[in-house]
Amino acid sequence: MAVLEILTYPDTRLSDPALPVTDFNRSLVQLVVDLQETMLVGPGAVGIAAPQVGVAQRVAIVDVSPVLEGDRNRKPKSSRNGRLVLINPEIVERDGEVTGREGCLSVPDYTGNVLRADAIRVQASNELGESREYHCHGFESRAIQHEIDHLDGKLFLDRVMSPRELFRRKAYK
Amino acid sequence: MSNWYMVTVVGHDQPGIVAGLSRVLSEGGWGLGESSMARLGGNFTIMMMVRGEGSASDLAQVIDPVGTSMGLHVHIDRIQAELHQHPEPNVQIRVYGADRTGIVADVTGDLAGAGLTILDLNSEVSGTGDSPVYVIVIDGFVENGADALDSAVQLLNKKGLKVDVEPIDILVG
Ligand SMILES: [Zn+2]
Repeated sequence: MAVLEILTYPDTRLSDPALPVTDFNRSLVQLVVDLQETMLVGPGAVGIAAPQVGVAQRVAIVDVSPVLEGDRNRKPKSSRNGRLVLINPEIVERDGEVTGREGCLSVPDYTGNVLRADAIRVQASNELGESREYHCHGFESRAIQHEIDHLDGKLFLDRVMSPRELFRRKAYK
Repeated sequence: MSNWYMVTVVGHDQPGIVAGLSRVLSEGGWGLGESSMARLGGNFTIMMMVRGEGSASDLAQVIDPVGTSMGLHVHIDRIQAELHQHPEPNVQIRVYGADRTGIVADVTGDLAGAGLTILDLNSEVSGTGDSPVYVIVIDGFVENGADALDSAVQLLNKKGLKVDVEPIDILVG
């Protein structure tokens, strides 16, 4: 088990598309464990993707439970699927749109508003190579899209909306 | 040691103002920090943090050619600068109502009384000339979360305003 070093922008490895996983072996299981441990060290992170630790493979974890289980009365609108291990994930269906504020372990000291699909259907393998399908919406859906962007070499900075554009979307919806 | 200044520029909107300003600043050896430009009622406005070795009058001289040729009003203040200190909002408030004197004062006064710190505010007069609608979107921080604003919001709703409060859940991944 190890907490891995998180790459931060402008490290160019964050822009490289990751390669599909073909071998579901012990080192993959170890990578998932290390990613999990690294994510938990990050300040309030709900997901992490392998390219953020310099591993160019299509592996990500999402777990929004800590945020949804907070003791506030108003929790983010979201599906709950617990801890998701997403290997070679594909979004096969998208519906609606939702804006939300995002930050990133790889982009310290910046948050911005991003437009995402509200509901998604995502297919992925787990670390044992078993196929899974998840229906997600809201906060969880946004988190998955954020992580899949990392696998495609994209950061949320590529999608940030101007405050004025957000104003118009929110005010005149 | 370099000094920080806040440069405020107001004028009739026309193409090339930002380009002109940033060009003379960089050629004069001045660096930019955070900035915010908005077009308000057809007027160009910008506030820019500018850093350099010289005095406020040195800076004024550098900007003057652009200011004069484009008919801009330029104002310069010496400031203390805090970069990398971005307080994160945890609540967004959207307000609209028939335009009348005192809307912003009512809204911000009541919400401040309930513990809101405003981090960002945009407002527009929308609708038609005969029946103008005032729209405000505020990002802010409330120590005890969005619920602390509930009674203030009810009060504002009684004053004929439509007020929506939505928690901002920052997604970090
Ligand atoms: Zn990220």
